[in-house]
Amino acid sequence: MSDLPVTLTKVSYVVGETSILRDVDLVVRTGAPTFVVGPNGSGKSTLLRLVMGLITPTAGAIEWAGARDPAPRRRAMVFQHPVMLRRSVAGNLLYALEQAGVEKSLRDRRCSELLQKVGLSDLADRPARRLSGGERQKLAFARALARSPELLILDEPTASLDPSATLALERLIAQAAAEGIKILMASHDLGQMRRLAGDVVFLHRGRILESASAKDFFEQPVSAQASAFLRSDLILED
Amino acid sequence: MNEGSSALVLVLSGDPALYAIVRLSLVVSLSAVGLAALVGLPLGGLIALTRFPGRAGVIVLLNAFMGLPPVVVGLAVFLLLSRSGPLGSWGLLFTPTAMVIAQAVLITPIIAALTRQTVEDDWSEVRDELNAMGVGPLQRLMTLLYDARIALVTVLLAGFGRAAAEVGAVMIVGGNINGFTRVMTTAIALETSKGDLPLAMGLGLILIAIVFAINASAWALRLYAERRIG
Ligand SMILES: Nc1ncnc2c1ncn2[C@@H]1O[C@H](COP(=O)(O)OP(=O)(O)OP(=O)(O)O)[C@@H](O)[C@H]1O
Ligand SMILES: [Mg+2]
Repeated sequence: MSDLPVTLTKVSYVVGETSILRDVDLVVRTGAPTFVVGPNGSGKSTLLRLVMGLITPTAGAIEWAGARDPAPRRRAMVFQHPVMLRRSVAGNLLYALEQAGVEKSLRDRRCSELLQKVGLSDLADRPARRLSGGERQKLAFARALARSPELLILDEPTASLDPSATLALERLIAQAAAEGIKILMASHDLGQMRRLAGDVVFLHRGRILESASAKDFFEQPVSAQASAFLRSDLILED
Repeated sequence: MNEGSSALVLVLSGDPALYAIVRLSLVVSLSAVGLAALVGLPLGGLIALTRFPGRAGVIVLLNAFMGLPPVVVGLAVFLLLSRSGPLGSWGLLFTPTAMVIAQAVLITPIIAALTRQTVEDDWSEVRDELNAMGVGPLQRLMTLLYDARIALVTVLLAGFGRAAAEVGAVMIVGGNINGFTRVMTTAIALETSKGDLPLAMGLGLILIAIVFAINASAWALRLYAERRIG
């Protein structure tokens, strides 16, 4: 069972009168991390949710390994604002492991491994809803890893982390990528993009203006909007 | 306040007849809550998590049923269980079982409606997370009921409060038979009309004490849970 490649063909997402994404063509395949960048409201989270299969395109089609069935098999997602169940930190991880079909006898060990990995071992018995924003982000990352994903979708996973926690999570992301997990992530952090990205999808007002290797995107952005984004992270209205 | 002090004496002396009445009240109302929870919790959860034609109407109806008058419920159950009624052959009329059924009918809509609201609010919060984990429909229901457990205990207590305090339904289907189907509320009504105010007041005191204790424990549970579960 596989989820890759994910193929988006002429995908649009319209709510009422507003079109949030328009004519998006994208293939997510095994390889170095793909970054989805663009200004606030450009449609990054919406694109990630479509790839995760949480929302259905209003036009166009998405296929996971050639199938239209959106049930997640080997993919996981860390949301921009992760929500935990009303259980302990370990309880949330055990739940994810159970849902991922991990055998009961293996769950406890896997749970402590994951906690160790993200540095939450000391908080295992804490109520998960009481975690700080950064701690919650780490738990969400561990919970996503619990699914042993092939595709890991991250929506600004370091947005609420302090510099050292950001670095630690970047290391985990790099490690996951090195282990062969495909990373698809939204980020506003240009430094982070330079450190991690293999290629970049640049979104502007719901359209993909650029889709290039990270090197090309940084050195010779094609669109004026992308140049402006790289210069200042600020795009003036056209 | 001669009557007040003799009421207190009755309560403190552990008058066996009085405590039999209190015990029956608790047994009947707790059984009714159990029965209503068995139906109301899954029903409320199911309505919260599914979309079907006429769903809005069902929710409005459920909310309206929260305010069912106990005497009307009593009458309906009476007709159902009376000798010529559809379930008359069960011979349940004027038994504690009939009282449990009537109170359960009375509070099932309360439990279902409040559960529906609670689960639906939680669902909108965790929908994406659960879908991203591929949680199936049945598992989703179990997960959300468990996740809302603290709020749902409060819901059950609200149901218990309503059941323990009502008089109309148990009076009609139980018949207020001394030593058999007499509970606190029906005894209070009877003794007051007979003029035995000490017994009525003693029972009233106990009823209030029970309601108070239930609310206090609900409050304590909330505080504890907020610290432990978040
Ligand atoms: N269900 C919806 N109904 C209406 N508008 C929506 C809906 N979902 C998203 N939008 C709008 O679509 C646009 C894109 O939203 P999205 O969350 O994808 O942006 P984003 O690129 O992730 O932004 P940010 O950088 O702030 O996270 C926004 O203007 C948002 O308000
Ligand atoms: Mg976003």
